[in-house]
Amino acid sequence: MMMQEAGRHVARAILHGSGRTGARVAPSWSGLMSGSARCISGSSVLSTWWGHVGPAPKDPILGVTESYLADPSDGKVNVGVGAYRDDNGQPVVLECVRMAEQRIAGIEYMEYLPMAGMKRFNGLAIKLAYGDDSPVIKERRVAAVQALSGTGACRLMADLQHRFRPESQVFFPVPTWSNHLNIWRDANVMVKSFRYYNPKTKGLDFEGMMEDVKNAPNGSFFVLHACAHNPTGVDPSTEEWKEVSSLFKEKNHFVVFDMAYQGFASGDTSKDRQAIRIFLEDGHQVACAQSFAKNMGLYGQRIGCLSIVCHSEMEAANVQSQVQQIARPMYSNPPLHGAHLVATILSDPGLKELWLKEVKMMADRIKLMRSLLREHLEGIGSQINWEHITKQIGMFCFSGLTPAQVDELTKNYHIYMTRNGRISMAGVTTKNVEYLAHAIHTVTKAQK
Amino acid sequence: MVLSFLNCTSSQTRHRPLTHSSLSSIHSTGRPLISSAACILPEDKEQKGGGDIAVRTVFFFLPLPTMASAQAMPISVWEKLTEAPEDAILGVTVAYNKDPNPVKLNLGVGAYRTDEGKPLVLEVVRQAEARLVADRSRYKEYLPIVGLAAFNKLSKELAFGADHPAVVANRITTVQGLSGTGSLRVGAEFMGQHYHTPIIYVPVPTWGNHNKIFPKAGLKVQSYRYYDPATRGLNFTGMMEDLKAAPDGAIILLHVCAHNPTGVDPLPEQWDAIRQLIRAKGQFPFFDSAYQGFASGDLDADAYALRSFAADGGELALAQSYAKNMGLYGERVGALSMVCATAAAAKLVEGQLKLVIRPMYSSPPLHGAAIVATVLSEEKLLHDWKAELKGMADRIIEMRHKLYDALLQRGTPGDWTHILKQIGMFTFTGLTKPQVDFMREKYHVYMTGDGRISMAGLSTATVPHLVNAIDDAVRNIA
Repeated sequence: MMMQEAGRHVARAILHGSGRTGARVAPSWSGLMSGSARCISGSSVLSTWWGHVGPAPKDPILGVTESYLADPSDGKVNVGVGAYRDDNGQPVVLECVRMAEQRIAGIEYMEYLPMAGMKRFNGLAIKLAYGDDSPVIKERRVAAVQALSGTGACRLMADLQHRFRPESQVFFPVPTWSNHLNIWRDANVMVKSFRYYNPKTKGLDFEGMMEDVKNAPNGSFFVLHACAHNPTGVDPSTEEWKEVSSLFKEKNHFVVFDMAYQGFASGDTSKDRQAIRIFLEDGHQVACAQSFAKNMGLYGQRIGCLSIVCHSEMEAANVQSQVQQIARPMYSNPPLHGAHLVATILSDPGLKELWLKEVKMMADRIKLMRSLLREHLEGIGSQINWEHITKQIGMFCFSGLTPAQVDELTKNYHIYMTRNGRISMAGVTTKNVEYLAHAIHTVTKAQK
Repeated sequence: MVLSFLNCTSSQTRHRPLTHSSLSSIHSTGRPLISSAACILPEDKEQKGGGDIAVRTVFFFLPLPTMASAQAMPISVWEKLTEAPEDAILGVTVAYNKDPNPVKLNLGVGAYRTDEGKPLVLEVVRQAEARLVADRSRYKEYLPIVGLAAFNKLSKELAFGADHPAVVANRITTVQGLSGTGSLRVGAEFMGQHYHTPIIYVPVPTWGNHNKIFPKAGLKVQSYRYYDPATRGLNFTGMMEDLKAAPDGAIILLHVCAHNPTGVDPLPEQWDAIRQLIRAKGQFPFFDSAYQGFASGDLDADAYALRSFAADGGELALAQSYAKNMGLYGERVGALSMVCATAAAAKLVEGQLKLVIRPMYSSPPLHGAAIVATVLSEEKLLHDWKAELKGMADRIIEMRHKLYDALLQRGTPGDWTHILKQIGMFTFTGLTKPQVDFMREKYHVYMTGDGRISMAGLSTATVPHLVNAIDDAVRNIA
């Protein structure tokens, strides 16, 4: 009965203008009310409200994997998105995760979490970020809210900033993870930038950065990558971090640390949070957007944490309550599973130890790939200075390849990376490193 | 999108000189920093809304160092924040949890309970879960921005029916969302950005979070009459009048079935009339489906309204949740479907939905979607799920009868037939706020302030206690 009715109505639909011209024309449905069975035959196109909607651009990072997957050729190489692969190019589920998963399966209820997420998870996450014995944690001055991985944590922060500091601007390093700009833009915060990467040295433009920090209006918000900067792999040294922290104090700037790679930079989670430690020791009240996507391999579980160091316990409670208000009309409360896994791992000494070993293994394999890639490029006679491959830190190598060279790599060699020349070293293996080196050498032979 | 651009206020130092402090205004921890001092900042005294005494007494006062030796105390960027109020619905459970009384009863949030008062994880969910855990070939990689493809397809089919003309014509784009809330928000954001009439009409009353979600997306919220307190049923005439008076092209929020909070649903004939009116005015239906399967116990019957709208050639949006009907509450599993006039339009819409999702959370969580996809894709699991779902719906109907019978037997004043007539998880009791408060204070019965009780939270054993509370409230409190 439904189908007949549907057919009648479909046949009666009236076209008023083609959506493709971009004209927003309201379709008239008056024909439907008449109750007559008169049909309009022929190829009447149903009118739509969305004809003016243009095709969306592909995401510059996630679009790469889409293209890679669509490529039918053998020997294709995906060094696009920053997801860890083993030496066979396979995704990895950490053993500690498998064990945690088995432990929790079939046991827990699936009730709603509070808006701030799993309390146990939050407590463990901030200990990892700020240190087990951190004074700010002891003093209960940290507002912590479970978030949808790093993206979700950044978005909560951006919305909080817009709500309570609407006059402020946010500064990003050039370059930064492309989604940072989308997040803060959608939160209606004015986006600015500061110099960071020096293309000539393929290292840090420290002077430029300090100058831009100095020139920013006092009390600006800055997003800093805590370690393993994405996409460049260029991190300030300990001494440089100290100077940055001092200058930030003078300028009363607010820092949001984006920490997506704790453990991946040096292989040591404690070392990798040194920037946060330096800022805290200087008395800064920082925020941290933390992700467990990479360092626990929990990408698809969307598990992260937004923490904000506050002035006092009461202020932390107020801030947390306000962040909850942002989460409620966005998704009500965060997903359970990933939080369970992380909490299980971090709270069990055996599992935690296993995790730390596995993180170090991943970091070490990446370091090895860096050495191999550089060796091969130098070995086959490339005249370019490839030092930066081993100097840069973390999952990514900012190769210096131009968009045109990247396109050539994709077209002729089926090698996929983002067009800014960022290579995900996690996608490099002993099996494909030689091929990669040769391809890069070929497309860069012309330049010096 | 217009970016707000305000000049930065003239630089304010975040460090202020210390002032003499008194015990009564302490709000810092008095911790032993080098700059340790409790200080009164002129604004502080006004900011003290909220927060209970217990929290304040944690703070203690340490003697001030001399002014000369003390470093200036940094001022926080968050100092002006006040404590946000509890969410009206979730706050009920917060209050319930704090209550130490053993006879307390939580009829607040719509989460299913067994007759033993325990939460329930469905058997099919446990089976699906066990299967996922055992399969070592499974990875936890990022899902695409639109989520798990198999889940999206199966969700679409569950909602609309696999051979629905709109499904067959490929003119529905379905993206995975963070349960009902997340799907509503993504849909609303998309509408706010691309739809020509950014006004949405919601029924009175509606789920409280609707009124928070839509303004975030830039949609102006208006309302249409829906619930009739006199009959405790549908005010059909009022609804039709208000929809007619609403502007052409406005967005209309509709609950697919088991209206929350009232449990009052239009009859099929009434749905047909509503649909014809909405189509005549070129209004855009936005469906919220949180209880498919819970209304009548039959998934297809519960989707009548949605499917008839989707079949008439017109467009619509649907936010779908698996929180209740698969008991996956905390895993945040849902889907947003946009039914478009053409397959081409659906494709364009999908691309734009991705641009909303990416800066919000990049991609949705895997676990819950994988469970749903496993259950829906396998005949035996699907069959077993339907049986479990019917079991839950039946238990709720049984509670309705038990409560009604008990009130009748008690002779509690008033007409309680609405308990039997209302549909789904909730009963809109008609109790007043003072009565609700009385029942909480004296009987430790928790419900939302509008008198909505979750039948799913009631059990055979607790019906008598509830009856006592209602009877007392109705007889003695206005």
